[in-house]
Amino acid sequence: MSQDTQVRQLIQNNILNKKHVSDRFMPKFFFVMAFVSVFTTFGIIITLVTDAAKFFSQVQLAQVFSTKLAPLAAEPSFGILPLITGTLITSLIAMLVAVPVGLTAAIYLSQFATERTRRTLKPIMEVLAGIPTIVYGFFAYSFVTPLLMKLIPTLGAKNALSPGIVMGIMIIPLVASLSEDAMNAVPNIMREGALGLGSTRLEVTFKVVIPAAISGIMSSIVLAVSRAIGETMIVTIASGSSKNFTLDITQSMQTMTAYIVEFTSGDAGSGTVGYYSLYAVGLILFLFTLIMNLIAQHISHKYREEY
Amino acid sequence: MEEILLNIQNPEIENNVFDVRGLNLWYGNDQALKNINMQIEKNKITAIIGPSGCGKSTFIKTLNRMIENVPIVRTTGEILYHGNDIFDKSMRVEELRTKVGMVFQKPNPFPKSIFENVVYGPKIHGIKDKKLLMEIAEASLKSAALWDEVKDRLNDNAYGLSGGQQQRLCIARCLAVQPDVILMDEPTSALDPIATLKIEELMDSLKQEYTIAIVTHSMQQAARISDKTAFFLMGDLIEYDKTEAIFSNPRDKRTEDYITGRFG
Amino acid sequence: MSAVKSEFLREGREDIMLETDQMRALERYKVKIDSGRIERRVRLNNGLKHLFSLSTVFALVVLAILLYRIGVQSAGWLDLQFLTSNLSRFADKAGIYGAILGTVYLMFIVVPVTLVLGVSTAIYLEEYASKGRIQRFIKVNISNLASVPSVIFGLLGLAVFGRMLNLGSSILAGGLTMSLLVLPTVVVASQEAIKAVPGFLREASYGMGADKWTTIRKVVLPVALPGILTGSILAMSRAIGETAPLVVLGIPTLILKIPNSIMDDFTALPIQIYYWTLDTVLTPEYANLAAATIVVLLAVLFVLNSVAIIIRNKFQKRF
Repeated sequence: MSQDTQVRQLIQNNILNKKHVSDRFMPKFFFVMAFVSVFTTFGIIITLVTDAAKFFSQVQLAQVFSTKLAPLAAEPSFGILPLITGTLITSLIAMLVAVPVGLTAAIYLSQFATERTRRTLKPIMEVLAGIPTIVYGFFAYSFVTPLLMKLIPTLGAKNALSPGIVMGIMIIPLVASLSEDAMNAVPNIMREGALGLGSTRLEVTFKVVIPAAISGIMSSIVLAVSRAIGETMIVTIASGSSKNFTLDITQSMQTMTAYIVEFTSGDAGSGTVGYYSLYAVGLILFLFTLIMNLIAQHISHKYREEY
Repeated sequence: MEEILLNIQNPEIENNVFDVRGLNLWYGNDQALKNINMQIEKNKITAIIGPSGCGKSTFIKTLNRMIENVPIVRTTGEILYHGNDIFDKSMRVEELRTKVGMVFQKPNPFPKSIFENVVYGPKIHGIKDKKLLMEIAEASLKSAALWDEVKDRLNDNAYGLSGGQQQRLCIARCLAVQPDVILMDEPTSALDPIATLKIEELMDSLKQEYTIAIVTHSMQQAARISDKTAFFLMGDLIEYDKTEAIFSNPRDKRTEDYITGRFG
Repeated sequence: MSAVKSEFLREGREDIMLETDQMRALERYKVKIDSGRIERRVRLNNGLKHLFSLSTVFALVVLAILLYRIGVQSAGWLDLQFLTSNLSRFADKAGIYGAILGTVYLMFIVVPVTLVLGVSTAIYLEEYASKGRIQRFIKVNISNLASVPSVIFGLLGLAVFGRMLNLGSSILAGGLTMSLLVLPTVVVASQEAIKAVPGFLREASYGMGADKWTTIRKVVLPVALPGILTGSILAMSRAIGETAPLVVLGIPTLILKIPNSIMDDFTALPIQIYYWTLDTVLTPEYANLAAATIVVLLAVLFVLNSVAIIIRNKFQKRF
């Protein structure tokens, strides 16, 4: 009996004495930690904007939108159109590979394949997604480019086609898994309704599932474009650093990302226009991807069917 | 008038739409249906009742082979539809389903317009003529007792309809492919009493043209609307007879126990 | 007219009646559903099904070719000497010992930083934050950060860690930059893990008089740990393979000195692959060195991901 009272007394004392310091302090600590991510975003924006501003204050807008890019020439010119076309063209090629293959793979895996087939094939897609981009870069340069050169004799050693294709391959799992999620979200009972009317699986997919999942599918495509635009190593290695303004995919082009990498691995002395041009290009790149992501979120929200 | 009266006086003229012979069904290693033998008669409403898990939903989904969407399902036995075994290799399941339609427990219209929902079936079977599609839509919606309520808003999204209206839309959609049989898997369990009543009235009018088999967990509903009732228990067909016989004079004690509410 | 139909007419339900026009239309239509068309549709279904499956086969084939090519090019170059020697201008003497150490030291910074920051953020979002604007703001931030290209993080690292804090291209600068890059991965995984801890466990703890932090520390975190670890390992995998931020930071090409402290210059596995690939034109053997390094990198990633899967399967409690 007395032992019980002792224990109860101990617990009561403990509760009275505990200052609850940790309980008041920890939330503040966690809040500060959580805000690091916010500071990071602001840091990115501020860094990009301040140094880009220095660039734009020294270079006329007319030159910026020109097609002559020669940052290291005696009379440097900073027209960024070659970089923008380089980025857009390589991304377009990537999309032409990733979207058809990714979508059809998603259709097959979610609408046609048996559970066992899905279980064996899906992990392979995941592996493709987990390979570092530098490995893809190496693959593009040392295997895909020579292969393409045999098929297309006029292909340059550095060109836009090879990294475009390899980027597309890298992005296939992204399109496939996001589209698959969108299609799987269509309620099963709706598919059964269509099957019960005598549809084939194909008809159910194209007449019921895809229309219902279209917002998720479109959103996945936009995200894939964003990913392609932001990709660096594959294009740096395989597409080279030619600053000619060209639309010829058999020749070298430089993307915005490759420009940033090239300049920083050289000697971009702090304070030069060249150094600031990095941040200007970085700002444009950031805006591109930010807008794409906002569009993807918007599509996903606005057209989502309420089941 | 006279012709119809003649038919009603001679019920033996009806033949069997479905003849189920020795049907067994397994989910993997669990047997869900055990040696089912029964016939479903034309232009009648056949109710299938029983406690949860007795196999009634499984049974009805076997009649149009929807059960095959579950990968581990295995069946033995025959189901003859107008004399042809539906499990035969020569039977195309897509064709079977145009003749044996299904209405589901939860209304499942497509996220399309009312019109598009109704004409989905005819369209996939090749009907392209717009005038014909419109006629089909009007006829089907009228048969489903929904036309008056939606005739001015055929292009509105089907999701704007109430639960009961959506279910009638699903019935209209099913009717648009001109089936012979309509299978209903607890069609009113998700609806309020007034909507339920409307659908029961509808079923009564539909049985003139179609054969209806309905799974229901409500014995009162079975007693209200059906001509014949089948009582399933743990995968067995215990008793199958005219509805009045089942409810007033059941032959098997288990049937009696279920009906009087001793279990289920 | 059937007996039932006349019944409906008496009640005024004319809509049930079908006009003769429509009956004729329906008869026309009934004739049209023929088996031939159904056959064609089924054949189309089967044909396209196989066509679509080719996409997954394509992915499989590409993966196989990639692994095969890299394996072939690294053959003979991946040996113990390669793993234990330092970098050299001479291809046959070069080894990636320094790069391996560099990557390891980088992880010494990335793992603790992301764990502390990431788990703290997740705890704040899931346990302490009221469902208001601040919580949404932070969540939006995290998801935006997740989709910023890695080069941009490099620019941020260059400006803030490299120049402003004067860390140059040291391990510390690289580690901090990488941490920010992979932080969203850890946050999201930790959030999921904490969310998955069932409410009744927390209630049991509160019911005994425990305060919030004690509950988190003694009940929530231990249960969420496998999920948190899995997320952390995934983040590590990403950080090990990322190249762009390091290049932008200015990690040099040829480092002969093995790093001793976190303020030292360093090189890492992906950087080596990059530089050797670039110079393949001049020295063809560099391609083999790059391939051999890739094999090491992929092997490390494989081990990491296997560990993550084992942790998830073995230790994840399901409620």
